[in-house]
Amino acid sequence: MNVWLLILGVGVGSLLLRASVLVLLRDRNWPQSVTASLGLVPAAVLAALIAPELLYAPSTGAFDPVGPRLAAGLLAAMVAWKTRDVLWTLVTGLGLLVAFQALGWR
Amino acid sequence: MTALSALSSRLPPAFWRGVRAFVPLIPGVLPFGMVAGIAAVQAGFTPLQSIAFSLIGYAGSAQLIASQLFASHTPTLLIVLATLIVNLRFAMYSASIQPLFGGVPPARRWPLAYGLTDQSYAVVLGRPATETNAVAYYAGAAMPMWLTWQMGTAVGALLGARIPASWPLDFAVPLSFIALLAPVLRSRPQMFAAVVSALVAVAAHDLPFRLNLILGALCGIAAGLFAQRRLSRKL
Repeated sequence: MNVWLLILGVGVGSLLLRASVLVLLRDRNWPQSVTASLGLVPAAVLAALIAPELLYAPSTGAFDPVGPRLAAGLLAAMVAWKTRDVLWTLVTGLGLLVAFQALGWR
Repeated sequence: MTALSALSSRLPPAFWRGVRAFVPLIPGVLPFGMVAGIAAVQAGFTPLQSIAFSLIGYAGSAQLIASQLFASHTPTLLIVLATLIVNLRFAMYSASIQPLFGGVPPARRWPLAYGLTDQSYAVVLGRPATETNAVAYYAGAAMPMWLTWQMGTAVGALLGARIPASWPLDFAVPLSFIALLAPVLRSRPQMFAAVVSALVAVAAHDLPFRLNLILGALCGIAAGLFAQRRLSRKL
């Protein structure tokens, strides 16, 4: 029962957020500071999603600034920057992480 | 087959350009969806509930967070709140792409809004300057994104716990975000926003409900706005 409530809550809430400006508030004019900040949203949100994943160990949740995930992630970021290719980024990052872990770096 | 070719000729060419622009993201989305399906089942969802979560919620990282919190017996209302905070970015994306949708009636805007994700947003934002039909291009990216996500979570939910825990498949999630980040870092204020956001999100890691994500993003956006103002004053 709780699971279905959870599913419904997340579903309705997410749809309303997605539809907020696109459907529900479409005729509103937005102040310039709001439109200026929109170009910054993806960079800020993605960086906040990525950084903690690279700096905290997933098993223990402890701060881990010299872990294999940071090294693999930074090298994958260089590949992403150079190639702009998702597949190469994934192959590099996952490949390096598996290799580092096989070498005993955890 | 004739139905399929009739359909393909009815859809505008811009739709297929959107599809083509999305295709390179599939290898990032598929494992991400599988991870979300596996996480839900391991948190105690049935495979059916896990698939329904993807269909109704369609909420990427929020599905992963909801599974994590559900497994640690967080009250339902708090889980929903946490996922909506993480999904606040959809409201920002919604505002960002609204100018492209002039003339599209509300009945058609609902399904287009449902298809709004990090990926479909990034693809339509990165469309070539020559693209004349941004709405069809967006729909072309959103449709295979939806299919890929649903297939990924369904496979993950059905495989469930059969995948060895030692495979670091979860690392595919931040890696696909890294691949999405590189093309949106085009100006100095954007880079500044990303750096500040990353630092704050790491420093505030121990906040509950992944509030560090929201706090980091807000600080990053504020820092980026500040940088924009400084730059425009110098010019």
